[in-house]
Amino acid sequence: METIYYLIQGTLPVAIPLLLVALGGMFSERSGVINIGLEGIMLTGAFLGCVFVYLIEGSGMNAQLMLILAMIVAAAAGIIYSFMLAFAAINMKADQTIVGTAMNMLIPAAILLFAKMKLGSDGVTTSVFFYVREVPGLSKIPVIGDLFFKNTYITVYIGLVLLAVAVVVFYKTRFGLRLRACGEHPSAADSVGINVEKMRWAGVTISGFLGGIGGFFYAVGVTDGNCNGHTGVAGFGFLALAVMIFGQWKPVKIALAALLFALLRTIAYSVPLIPFLNSLGINNAFYKMSPYIVTMIVLAFTSKKSRAPKAEGIPYDKSRR
Amino acid sequence: MNNGKLSKLVRSDGFKAFRAACLAIVIGLIFGFFVMLAASPASAAPGILTIITGGFKKLGDVFYYSIPIMMTGLAVGFAFKMGLFNIGASGQYTMGMFFALYMGLCVPLPAGIEGIRWVFCVLAGAVGGFIWGFIPGIFKALLNVNEVITSIMFNYIGMYLVDMLIMQNALLYESGKTRTKYLPDSAQLPSLGVKNSNLNIAIFFAVIAAVILYIVLNKTTFGYELRATGFNKDAAEYAGMKSKRNIMLTMSLAGMLAGLGGAFAILAPSTIAGSSMTYEPISVIAANGFNGIAVALLGASNPIGIVFSAVFISLIQRGGTMASLYGYKPEIIDVVIAVIIYFSAFSGIISASIAKLFGKMKKSGETKGEDK
Repeated sequence: METIYYLIQGTLPVAIPLLLVALGGMFSERSGVINIGLEGIMLTGAFLGCVFVYLIEGSGMNAQLMLILAMIVAAAAGIIYSFMLAFAAINMKADQTIVGTAMNMLIPAAILLFAKMKLGSDGVTTSVFFYVREVPGLSKIPVIGDLFFKNTYITVYIGLVLLAVAVVVFYKTRFGLRLRACGEHPSAADSVGINVEKMRWAGVTISGFLGGIGGFFYAVGVTDGNCNGHTGVAGFGFLALAVMIFGQWKPVKIALAALLFALLRTIAYSVPLIPFLNSLGINNAFYKMSPYIVTMIVLAFTSKKSRAPKAEGIPYDKSRR
Repeated sequence: MNNGKLSKLVRSDGFKAFRAACLAIVIGLIFGFFVMLAASPASAAPGILTIITGGFKKLGDVFYYSIPIMMTGLAVGFAFKMGLFNIGASGQYTMGMFFALYMGLCVPLPAGIEGIRWVFCVLAGAVGGFIWGFIPGIFKALLNVNEVITSIMFNYIGMYLVDMLIMQNALLYESGKTRTKYLPDSAQLPSLGVKNSNLNIAIFFAVIAAVILYIVLNKTTFGYELRATGFNKDAAEYAGMKSKRNIMLTMSLAGMLAGLGGAFAILAPSTIAGSSMTYEPISVIAANGFNGIAVALLGASNPIGIVFSAVFISLIQRGGTMASLYGYKPEIIDVVIAVIIYFSAFSGIISASIAKLFGKMKKSGETKGEDK
């Protein structure tokens, strides 16, 4: 039981960044824009969020309040960075995959350049403890208290709230319906007076918002409030894309997929602590490869009848209606 | 008459691609200059000059460092011609490097051919890359998995796998130095003897590979089918082209090219006697694979264009390392390269509209002249 508690407590802070970034990808792709640049957007949010924490950590502010302020900074950074994609893909009708790749390459180089010249290291290191040992009161509930309210981060609760908001916006509002229409059949959407360009800008902007927050939550929950240009976010943006595809571009399925991936990763990194796996004596590298291998296996089975938005990746051209 | 030839040249696709590439480069360098201005205003001007011209003082190194990115550039560009985005050149490159290392250090050869061990190492590298390109090819052709996601995943899988295989093998790994062991002289590529440079015969192999690719793409049935599939997949299928087979073959050949790049990089001769190139397994994805994307885009996926763009990227990379004289970090070049990629995704559109604008201005100027 101790092992299960430990695994769940370890899984949630990893699952939340994956979930948020995959949701961001979903908003972008359901509006019709492929967002390969999520990795770069995440890293932008992670780095600027951490820089913000670095700048104010001496002020003696409450750590959780600091986290929320830094989250806002990260969200703004992600939004601004995502404009690069929106402008190129929507206004300039550029190849979306190439633009995303350029965004993924630009930000680590920029971070290394900035950090080496201004901070004298490869990234930014903070010394704030965002960790929550137990939530007062709630941690006393049997089982549930152990699972969800001990050894955690408030990022978990914020992430779940954002998931709920995303589901409502996506399925229960006019905006959500219009956004989805632009990814399936933009000319039909246009013919009933929906501004396709505007909806796609909105989709990409939301992906920047969620991607930036997800990136900062990665830095909080996975790398202890540190961020550097070499390891970046370790391919989490790409994993999030896989999570999104596995979740068939639907929010709740994406949440389940994110949990599965995070669980696998947590197992991979805690093999020495799990007596059963440790006794197998399998090389640790296999566990580290496991999220990527599982991604491939899952995609192999789900891609045949893929439910990808029909118009994703195709710039909308009014004159071809 | 002469004028007609010139305007024909100006209107050709090759020239348009060249114009777009130049525009992307200029924007990239201007952006880099602004970044340098922001970082340290006083030395920005000599800094950017060093980046552009510094490489000319070390031409041997410029060509030497252009070899791996030329190969990964060909790997990306070749797949592009078929409409496939091979972002997995890094993994294929790493695999090729590992196979070459393994052949160099672990496989005993008969005494007669021991002297040309490097030939077998190069071939082994090609095999390694081929395998690592074949896998995304299968996934794409038979299971309809997007090759971008597959090749990204296989970049990670390949990197972890190679690092693990190297660290487990005492013949390959020098645990005291946390690096691979030195390759024997017979496994190193023959040097071209340029002073203070590791330039070796692989540069010829890379250029020959580009020429062969050019011929394959433009003069063979396979090349024609490949380009046809790139233009319109459904039409090609309808015309009876075996697109599944072509996808697998293209990805495998692309992987082979990147694998050769990895082999050429690790088998390069060292200027210090008794040593060689080594690899450090530190869980980092090979940057040369991603730089190959920039090379391929700048070269408009044309094999001959890729040769020149690889040399150009290598030139500004060398210049970038020299800019450290003025306090700039070499990462400035990675920033410039990323901006170049970003703008090359739509610089064709911009440069076409600029050209149109100039054309209009010229025309209106002419009509005004007639009025007088």
